[in-house]
Amino acid sequence: MTSLAGAKDTEMVEKHTGASPDRVIDIEKLSLTFETGDGPVHALSDIDLKIEQGDFVSFIGPSGCGKTTLLRVIADLEKPTAGKITVNGVSPEEARLNRAYGYVFQAAALYSWRTIASNVALPLEIMRLSRSERQERVARNLELVNLSGFEQKYPWQLSGGMQQRASIARALAVEPDLLLMDEPFGALDEIVRDHLNEQLLQLWAKTSKTVAFVTHSIPEAVFLSTKIVVLCPRPGRIYDVIESDLPRERSLDIRETPEFLRIAHRVREGLKAGHSYED
Amino acid sequence: MSTQTVSRSRVDIPALLAWFIVALVVVGLFCPIFRPDFRVMDVPRLSLCLVILAIAAVRYELGFMRNRFGDLMLGVVTAVAAWLLIGTVSNHPGDAALGFWALTVAAWASAWLFVERLASWKSASKTTERLINLVIPALFGLTLLVLWQIIVTGAGIPKVLLPAPSEIWLRLINSVPTLWADFRQTFLKAVLAGYAIGCGSAFLTAILVDRVPFLRRGLLPIGNLVSALPIIGVAPIMVMWFGFDWPSKAAVVIIMTFFPMLVNTVAGLSASDSMQRDLMRTYASGYWQTLVKLRLPMAMPFIFNALKINSTLALIGAIVAEFFGTPTVGMGFRISTEVGRMNVDMVWAEIAVAAVAGSLFYGLVAVIERKVTFWHASVRG
Repeated sequence: MTSLAGAKDTEMVEKHTGASPDRVIDIEKLSLTFETGDGPVHALSDIDLKIEQGDFVSFIGPSGCGKTTLLRVIADLEKPTAGKITVNGVSPEEARLNRAYGYVFQAAALYSWRTIASNVALPLEIMRLSRSERQERVARNLELVNLSGFEQKYPWQLSGGMQQRASIARALAVEPDLLLMDEPFGALDEIVRDHLNEQLLQLWAKTSKTVAFVTHSIPEAVFLSTKIVVLCPRPGRIYDVIESDLPRERSLDIRETPEFLRIAHRVREGLKAGHSYED
Repeated sequence: MSTQTVSRSRVDIPALLAWFIVALVVVGLFCPIFRPDFRVMDVPRLSLCLVILAIAAVRYELGFMRNRFGDLMLGVVTAVAAWLLIGTVSNHPGDAALGFWALTVAAWASAWLFVERLASWKSASKTTERLINLVIPALFGLTLLVLWQIIVTGAGIPKVLLPAPSEIWLRLINSVPTLWADFRQTFLKAVLAGYAIGCGSAFLTAILVDRVPFLRRGLLPIGNLVSALPIIGVAPIMVMWFGFDWPSKAAVVIIMTFFPMLVNTVAGLSASDSMQRDLMRTYASGYWQTLVKLRLPMAMPFIFNALKINSTLALIGAIVAEFFGTPTVGMGFRISTEVGRMNVDMVWAEIAVAAVAGSLFYGLVAVIERKVTFWHASVRG
């Protein structure tokens, strides 16, 4: 196993100079400190993390552990105060300017003066794609999230789950290899959430994208991920990284299997330990 | 306890109104309506009409014609009664007695009753419903005009204090060329030019202020200062700077409209929330793209607020500015000179023109607002 991995590594180094080409995100000793009126807040401290092409990585932890901040650093919405980070081998800012990722926020953040189709087309307009290209991508991605037929509706005419699906279609329309999702289903009820989780997995299997997914739900994290990063607060840091050995093709039934429960247990233990650490 | 309060608060207003009308008509029929001793029986048409009015009013209580046809009949009879009252009183100006006032109140009460009935119509189609929604405020305005006419004539109020609507109307249609010239001078030239330049330049300044934070600290206080200047101090100075003709009035309008537009646009440009701005950032959107695709649409409700406020401010500003020197034309000029000559009906005619023009201008801006900000929670309903 180790030798095999080693052989694979050397082969890659021969082909490409520098870091592994499959490495989408490479974080080394990254820290972020916010200066506030009450003194510095260590949002992230000493983060080391590698995310490979095709991974589905979940960040889980209690609120205030810096999981959203970490995602925002990857997206270049926050600047780290120390350490190194590369996204697709370049700085996050360059990756952002290259439109290397699609970002899905906690709320759908659709513009209410635009129809669903025109909301999905928004990033494409900014990228100055041709009209036919825009129409083609909008149709394809709305179909992907099962929203065909709702093109001419306005966001306020749709349910919360449909709005969030539209916002996922909008992120996918950019056609990024990397999808950053910040608790995208946090505001939805359990049933809609299960359904969207399944759809998201199918989408991921179909497109072989890399996904970084922030959540505070243990079942969601275990169900979706190939890798679970458990964070703990004050200062925000990585407590545990769990490589999931669940098969890539999964259905919701997998949540009843012993393997699933074992991983879920380990995540829960990690969250508990991370908490008691500070008390 | 609570049910008691509910039942007590539920007064049957239509029934109350109906019996009130009957009582007033009885008073009107048996008291002199004009001094010294003129009775309603001396005008058979009017007395007949009033009896029908009273019957039409209480028909719900008496239990017949409880339908829309009856409601419409009440409306028509009320209109005829009002018309006859106006006609009768014009032959006896200033002589109205108790009976006449009772009949006036009866006509007003039956107009109210008619509107009550109209409002309770459960309409079948959307167009009729919309029509009723237009008719009710129109009836309200009409009732006010009729009451104004009857009271001013009946009580013999001097023309200098308050002319009757009929006199104002007569003056209006006999002076159309003068009024049109005034309207063109004040509204079509000074107001529209000043409004467009004032709002337009304030909009551009707002974008500049937003782009350059240093200007926000420098320009906003100056704008605030200018808006605090009293218009009667500024207007003569503008006349000295830009001459007697309309450009000086347009300048006053610019000064009045600039600040509301500036403040509202600046506030509107920061109305987008951080998530929406982050979204644009993840798309590597440039300043102008973010401005056009996110921040200006978000600012539209604010901008239209300013446009609506300014539509009335502009007219006031232009009219007042004309008090401080103008060529011999213009709404403000006409008002100030005709007041001096005691031609109060002409002043009222100008006021009527100004009111209609101002309302239409405001209405036009409001209609455009509904089209542009259809997505906003306050519009989509």
